[in-house]
Amino acid sequence: MIKKLAGSIREYKKHSLLAPLFVSLEVLMEVLIPLVMAKLIDQGIERINPDGTQGDIGALLRYGGLLCLLAVISLAMGALSGRSAAIASAGFARNLRHDLYYKVQDYSFSNIDKFSTSSLVTRLTTDVSHVQNAYQMIIRVAVRSPIMLISAMVAAFGLNRRLSLIFLAVIPVLGVGLYLITTNAHPIFVRAFKTYDKLNRVVQENLRGIRVVKSFVREEHEKDKFTDVSTQIFDNFSLAQKIVALNGPLMQSCIYICMLLIAWFGSHMIVSGTMSTGELNSLITYTMQILMSLMMLSMIFVMITISRASAERIVEVLDEEIDITDGEHAITEVPDGSISFRDVGFSYAKNSDRLCLSDIDLEIRSGETIGIIGSTGSSKSTLVQLIPRLYDVTEGELRVGGIDVRDYDIQALRDAVSMVLQKNVLFSGTIKENLRWGNADATDEEMQHACEVAQADGFIRTFSEGYDTYIEQGGSNVSGGQKQRLCIARALLKKPKILILDDSTSAVDTATDALIRKAMSEQFPETTKLIIAQRIASVQDSDRIIVMDNGKVAAFGTHEELLKDSDIYREAYYSQKKGGSDDE
Amino acid sequence: MNNRGPGMRGGKMAAGPKPKNIKATIVRLLSYFKDYRIPFITVLACVLLAAATGIVVSMSLEPLIDDYIKPMVVSGSTDFSGLLMFILRIGVVCVVGIIATYVQNRTMVTISQGIMKKVRDQMFSHMQTLPIRFFDTNAHGDIMSRYTNDTDTLSQMISQSLTSIFSSLFTVVSVLILMFIKSWQLTLFTLAFVFVMTIFAKNIAGKSGSYFIKQQQSLGAVNGYIEEMMHGQKVVKVFNHEQEAAEKFDALNDELCANATSANKFANILMPIMMNLGNLQYVMIAILGGIIAIVSGRDGTPLLTLGVIAAFLQLSKSFTQPVSQMSQQLNSIVMALAGAERIFSLLDEPPEVDDGYVTLVNAKRGAKGELVETEEHTGLWAWKHPHSDGTLTYTEVRGDVRMTEVDFAYVEGKTVLHDVTLFAEPGQKVAFVGSTGAGKTTITNLINRFYDIADGKIRYDGININKIKKNDLRRSLGFVLQDVHLFTGTVRDNIRYGKLDATDEQVIEAAKLANAHDFITRLPQGYDTMLEGDGSGLSQGQRQLLSIARAAIENAPVLVMDEATSSIDTRTEAIVQSGMDALMRGRTVFVIAHRLSTVMNSDVIMVLEHGRIIERGSHEQLIAERGKYYQLYTGAFELE
Repeated sequence: MIKKLAGSIREYKKHSLLAPLFVSLEVLMEVLIPLVMAKLIDQGIERINPDGTQGDIGALLRYGGLLCLLAVISLAMGALSGRSAAIASAGFARNLRHDLYYKVQDYSFSNIDKFSTSSLVTRLTTDVSHVQNAYQMIIRVAVRSPIMLISAMVAAFGLNRRLSLIFLAVIPVLGVGLYLITTNAHPIFVRAFKTYDKLNRVVQENLRGIRVVKSFVREEHEKDKFTDVSTQIFDNFSLAQKIVALNGPLMQSCIYICMLLIAWFGSHMIVSGTMSTGELNSLITYTMQILMSLMMLSMIFVMITISRASAERIVEVLDEEIDITDGEHAITEVPDGSISFRDVGFSYAKNSDRLCLSDIDLEIRSGETIGIIGSTGSSKSTLVQLIPRLYDVTEGELRVGGIDVRDYDIQALRDAVSMVLQKNVLFSGTIKENLRWGNADATDEEMQHACEVAQADGFIRTFSEGYDTYIEQGGSNVSGGQKQRLCIARALLKKPKILILDDSTSAVDTATDALIRKAMSEQFPETTKLIIAQRIASVQDSDRIIVMDNGKVAAFGTHEELLKDSDIYREAYYSQKKGGSDDE
Repeated sequence: MNNRGPGMRGGKMAAGPKPKNIKATIVRLLSYFKDYRIPFITVLACVLLAAATGIVVSMSLEPLIDDYIKPMVVSGSTDFSGLLMFILRIGVVCVVGIIATYVQNRTMVTISQGIMKKVRDQMFSHMQTLPIRFFDTNAHGDIMSRYTNDTDTLSQMISQSLTSIFSSLFTVVSVLILMFIKSWQLTLFTLAFVFVMTIFAKNIAGKSGSYFIKQQQSLGAVNGYIEEMMHGQKVVKVFNHEQEAAEKFDALNDELCANATSANKFANILMPIMMNLGNLQYVMIAILGGIIAIVSGRDGTPLLTLGVIAAFLQLSKSFTQPVSQMSQQLNSIVMALAGAERIFSLLDEPPEVDDGYVTLVNAKRGAKGELVETEEHTGLWAWKHPHSDGTLTYTEVRGDVRMTEVDFAYVEGKTVLHDVTLFAEPGQKVAFVGSTGAGKTTITNLINRFYDIADGKIRYDGININKIKKNDLRRSLGFVLQDVHLFTGTVRDNIRYGKLDATDEQVIEAAKLANAHDFITRLPQGYDTMLEGDGSGLSQGQRQLLSIARAAIENAPVLVMDEATSSIDTRTEAIVQSGMDALMRGRTVFVIAHRLSTVMNSDVIMVLEHGRIIERGSHEQLIAERGKYYQLYTGAFELE
């Protein structure tokens, strides 16, 4: 896991190494300072001169100057390490986000389905921030504390070996105590953070579904749900923090014990002349440094374990195996728009016996217009999603232009196969910017032409800013029917060999729907068109119509043939015709 | 079509956190401590004890050296009993301090978590009382952040900053007094130095703060972009748009990186600067004190003893540490107050007004055919109407809805409904047809009082709807909304949402009625399949079927179906409709639909245009009229 994440450090390796280096130097200064301080007191102030007077101003200034120098160096090192750490961690996060984003760009539809969009969003945002914070901690504090611990120990032993033995007795006690606290608190924290997610989810669902809550008068029910979660949070966090509350007292006990023991034994040594008062002072400073760095270490330990979950979630995204990739000698040219399904079977779940599609055998000629109808859940969308290789067939073979789709360069295939998804999305930006998704170099005339075919030009012109009208995120400022027509125009701009409309005119009225189909067959006669629709009227003038039922092709033929042969088709036709004309 | 109402979705986070009314916010915050009066006083006492212990311990070095060690060195005595007593005394103080720290930490957990829970619960239950208008006009992300970011910073402040500031303040004041007693000269010097330190800290913290705001902004931009693109990722794939999407992402990501670097740089530098300025001060005091001691010692009467200097050095450390701690905490306190203010502003949002007193009850026929209130589900409902003279009358719920000259505007001055007059007689199926924005959904939202009308009257079974308790009014209206919302939970839970005490059999019955049973049984765990993320694993049509099942199980006297079958194929729709028609026989149903085939068999069809009803009548009548409906029907006119 660490290796995988470390791969994102790249150009920030320099600063990632400089930060701990500067930190070490800073720590070195901090450890030297009490040493020199001891000298300053002993030789500068305490010194009994031969003439009986006390103190030596020369030594005082000498050591004082040295101390100032050390402090300034320490400051400079500290500042430099802070700077490097900031550059390294922000840069690391940047690369990590970059790598994740690019990885997701390579994802196939089934990869995306596996993670779900909201979880991908959390992984790219919150989780990256957690890892970034942990990384900054690691390259600064996690280096600082052990170095501080060791140097302070060395210095303390250098000052007075026998007294320093006290540390050896106390540190294990503290270490074990901290270890027990963190290992006990950690699982509870993990649990608490999970309930935290639950809380957010309840709030989010209530925000989005407030109309449902209110129209069913379920406010009390929702409150109970929320109180339930907030009580769990209260319980878990209280428990975890009560354990962590032991940290402070444990730390204090160790510091006080050390200080009292040093004072007691130190006094003996001073009285017996084996130690100076300056040294006593410094030893007490080291006591603080040693125990504080232990404390910091335990905090880092907690931080890292908390962010470990985030790191794992990130690595999951990076490690995901992409199941749709280009072949070795990928073909970059799609000869024509013919499509043939040969014994195709498909299942969303790998190694599942329940197939969503089975025994599909279809031959579609280039330039044909094919209608597809079928009831909710009959796998119409699944069928067409196989054509641009959004998913790979589980069984059998699918050919476009006579070549197996798996032999194409994916980009070339998808450039030739244009698809308007059922759940379609416009992006924030102007209408022009959205249309250019179809063709980045499209001229104004081309865009207008596509919009005319999609019957979108008319309403775009009624907007005061025309083609420069800004579309809000998700296209929330245009109506459903307008959105669908813009999406069709966007798909047309690709000048595809195959065009797939997956229930793309459901919010468009019948008359306009007919105009779109008419314009398409006039303006794009070469393009093979597959039209999924709920309305028979939308498909009945197609060259041929596929009737889907329960993952199988129930019938395939012209309107007249189907009226004669297909019960499902006939039933649908007459149910829609009932009570009036077929124009709804 | 999900652009109903004057929504403001995807709004940006509020800019820079800055509290506006600090004093009022603090006072209000303190009111939360009322329930914890005794624990809080305990905490404060413990903080004082612990801080005092710290001072005593750091002060004990001087008497140790001056009063015990020095005399012993001079006299050469080896009687350590006095010294032992002294150390033991300090040991006792230490034990007191340790206990105080523990009690303080532990009690504070209870207080802070308790307050946090109360704040959250209050926010949520208050949110449930807010009018729909509130949810229209506030970005969801912004409301969310009050539950997350704002509550977090507040909890941090209560559990940490508060005690730490209190303790620091106490330490600073007492240490300052002690320092003055020891040596006023050195104290003045220390103060001067601390002054310089604070200026430094303030400067750097300010710089870092402004970059932090920038960082938050570009973080918001990056997260917003990720959110949008991840939701549209499938479209990105279909259009081979990966490269372009990634390039735009890189630009935003680089900007974030630059701002994050600056922000953290200053924040990281602050610590070493403060610490080393502390070190410098320490050195200066040592030199200054040393010189004073030496120079004055030459006369035989030293102004400062060695012990005094040692103790003073210790004191000065105890002084600068809390000062720099306080300056750091100050920032988080300001942020927490800003958060608290946002939380309070949510709590201060005026709730939905409900002056209704007429309630909905189950009823049965008494001996003389009169209505009698009952606990059972009889399928017969009555409005219980208390009068000012103390009498009660019961009116049967029949679903008679009349709107008279109703005007309505979401935003003042932009009237969406003009002079709408309509009546739905009991048992009728009433349909609304019209373009997007014509006001179809608005009408139904007025009947259940999601919004209140500006002018006119709405009567429900002859009762002005303003007199009906909102909850009872809504209970009497079953709604299948245009945007389907499912909750995390099993399929069964989601259907049961319509009637919480429904049996499993009733759930299945409702699902069959909505023609959802078949697809549910084909799900991996059938009715126990977990739905997550608003039922993202289901197709739009399947979600609509579930939403219909949910309304079917509620079985309310009046039903409103707002584009309830728009994503369902016509064959399935016909089955669903016949089921719902059977269920609702004799009751009033409102139908809104785009497809004319959905509304054709209604008793009355209202054609709306620009917030006015322009035609009304049955399908046959409207066709005969040869007006707008006829044009729609024959395809001569386009619905938008």
